[in-house]
Amino acid sequence: MSLHDQTSSSFLPMIKRSVIATIIAFFLFLPTLGIKTSASGGVDGLFLTYRWLLLAIGCGLIFVGRIVYELFWAPKDGVQKPAKAQFGLVKALGSAKVAKTIGPLLLVFAVAFPFLPFSDRYILDLGILIITYVMLGWGLQIVVGLAGLLDLGYVAFYAVGAYSYALLSIHFGFGFWMCLPLAGLLAATWGIILGFPVLRLRGDYLAIVTLAFGEIIRIILLNWRGFTGGSNGLSSIPRPSFFGLPFNQDPGGFAATFGLEYSSMQRIVFLYFLILALAVFTFFVTARLRRLPIGRAWEALREDEIACRSLGINTVNTKLSAFAIGAMFGGFAGSFFAAKQAFVSPESFNFMESATILAIVVLGGMSSQLGVVFSAIAMVGGVELLRQLQFLKVIFGNDFDPSQLRLLLFGLAMVLMMLWRPRGLVSTRMPTVFLKDKKTVSAAMISQGRG
Amino acid sequence: MSQPLLSVNNLTMRFGGLTAVDAVSFDVYRNHITAVIGPNGAGKTTAFNCITGFYKPTDGQIVLRHKYDKEFKLEEMEDFRISQHAKVARTFQNIRLFGGMTVLENLMIAQHNHLMKASAYTIGGIFNTPSYQRAQEAAKQKALAWMDRVGITDRADDPAAALPYGAQRKLEIARAMCTDPVLLCLDEPAAGLNPKESEELNALLRSIRDNDDVGILLIEHDMSVVMEISDHIIVLDYGRKISDGNATEVRNDPAVIKAYLGVVEE
Repeated sequence: MSLHDQTSSSFLPMIKRSVIATIIAFFLFLPTLGIKTSASGGVDGLFLTYRWLLLAIGCGLIFVGRIVYELFWAPKDGVQKPAKAQFGLVKALGSAKVAKTIGPLLLVFAVAFPFLPFSDRYILDLGILIITYVMLGWGLQIVVGLAGLLDLGYVAFYAVGAYSYALLSIHFGFGFWMCLPLAGLLAATWGIILGFPVLRLRGDYLAIVTLAFGEIIRIILLNWRGFTGGSNGLSSIPRPSFFGLPFNQDPGGFAATFGLEYSSMQRIVFLYFLILALAVFTFFVTARLRRLPIGRAWEALREDEIACRSLGINTVNTKLSAFAIGAMFGGFAGSFFAAKQAFVSPESFNFMESATILAIVVLGGMSSQLGVVFSAIAMVGGVELLRQLQFLKVIFGNDFDPSQLRLLLFGLAMVLMMLWRPRGLVSTRMPTVFLKDKKTVSAAMISQGRG
Repeated sequence: MSQPLLSVNNLTMRFGGLTAVDAVSFDVYRNHITAVIGPNGAGKTTAFNCITGFYKPTDGQIVLRHKYDKEFKLEEMEDFRISQHAKVARTFQNIRLFGGMTVLENLMIAQHNHLMKASAYTIGGIFNTPSYQRAQEAAKQKALAWMDRVGITDRADDPAAALPYGAQRKLEIARAMCTDPVLLCLDEPAAGLNPKESEELNALLRSIRDNDDVGILLIEHDMSVVMEISDHIIVLDYGRKISDGNATEVRNDPAVIKAYLGVVEE
């Protein structure tokens, strides 16, 4: 068959598929693009404006886009093309050597970050936020990535850590370094308390119950006014000090003691290094845990629970340890959060937080610590980047607010991930022990866990 | 003969109205290969799952004796404790390996309980204490020794799921043996193997029987394996034991011939 014949024979079905896509798009766009509701000050309350032109443009784009897709990317004759070579950079992240190089480079960059010329208060705050999420991601990675237990309520442990610090420091005057281990311990305890009834469940059921647990903690915080301050939260939490030296203008403060001029930046830089140190600690402990018998048992649990039991592994204890240790790091991060904000309220611990942390782990790759760093930068930094796109106002007019596109771009990123990197940025795993050479295990072999 | 390693007495397992295993009794001895055979649905795997704790038997006693007269009542124990304390290891009819983990990792996980203690339940492991390092190295050597014995050393650093089927079967046996069992239960170890692989399996099982001081209990359909290596054969049909003896006795037992071939109506 000549090339010409092939093209003409696939032309009509192509148009048909494009028309179907356009029809679907029409119904999707009708309420979103086609109709705009505006509030009027008058009696009617709401009135509708129809934007037929915009709707037509949207549908037209889908039609043309579908044809372009069919011509250039779509699998021919329904045959799936063999997976293309992965993008160089992303693939490289999975290899041991590259990870060993990028890791220290990232750490050096992170240490130098506050002293770089562009680092103002806003940038440093963003840095603190990103590192907090990296740390939370590493904590959740133990539960979701290694042990394969889908936890949708991780933010509960973050909240336990934050409120532990807040309450202990307000009522008992404990300092940050004393509260930190206590917060971690309390969060781990809650991890075990949650774990006991829940770990009989598997898969979707486990996800739903952990989701509920996250909400229960938030609602308790909201309603137990006498203890947690309810929706007003807890304010005037003591800020962490530099080995007893507070960051203020007093003669006994940090700046005066070291003969420096007082600047509010000193406290921010201190907080930055504090969370960096906590994150580095988390990194080394989780990396070490993975290579220990307990870490191998977590991964074995994800691969095959029944086989684990046949080898004499107590699966309940193993799951609980994953939950507790993951929760502990969430507690540490929460404790830092409370110290940084000097204010906690239930609003900071809604489901969106759990979803963001989970998305960071999933996008990063279930068992790659480096992947989590990059996905946290993309997820948290990317959102902030949107706020910076004010110059787009020149094109789209003054009403245009780029940060409103956040969820739209979020969705787009998810779709792209599903197409190109369904198992996360770094989908391979490193063996924890090897005989001759360490080869990465490809994603196709790795089970995703059903519990 | 000395005391049996495992005594199954009056084992009964009912699922609702269905009696899958009906008052079955047999013994398994150390350094013996005991085979359980029977037509499909005879209750072999169910009996097996009762012994290894994956099912709780409706009735009956399963007693495992270690040396020095230490006894375990398996019907009262949880599955993972049976492996951990009573030292009963098992493989599965449909292979259950940790596919995304390497061959070596699979064999290390089998030594989990030993290594957990050596790592002082993780605390010593985090600080990489010398005693933990020694235990880890010893575990690696043991894994290596078993890889050598079953002949998969060259695939040590490959994921288990990437191994060919025959090698996966061998790895599963090696993994079970890494738990230091006194009783090794194999659920259809020859299923899906070609004649050459079956031969290798026979040799491996004989070597384990003769050198490792374990009793082997196996379920098998492949008669070339069963008749050749078994010291003792138990035949089940419809959940009942219909015959018990060595290969020749079982082969000539009219009840067995009837169960497998049917009986000619006069």
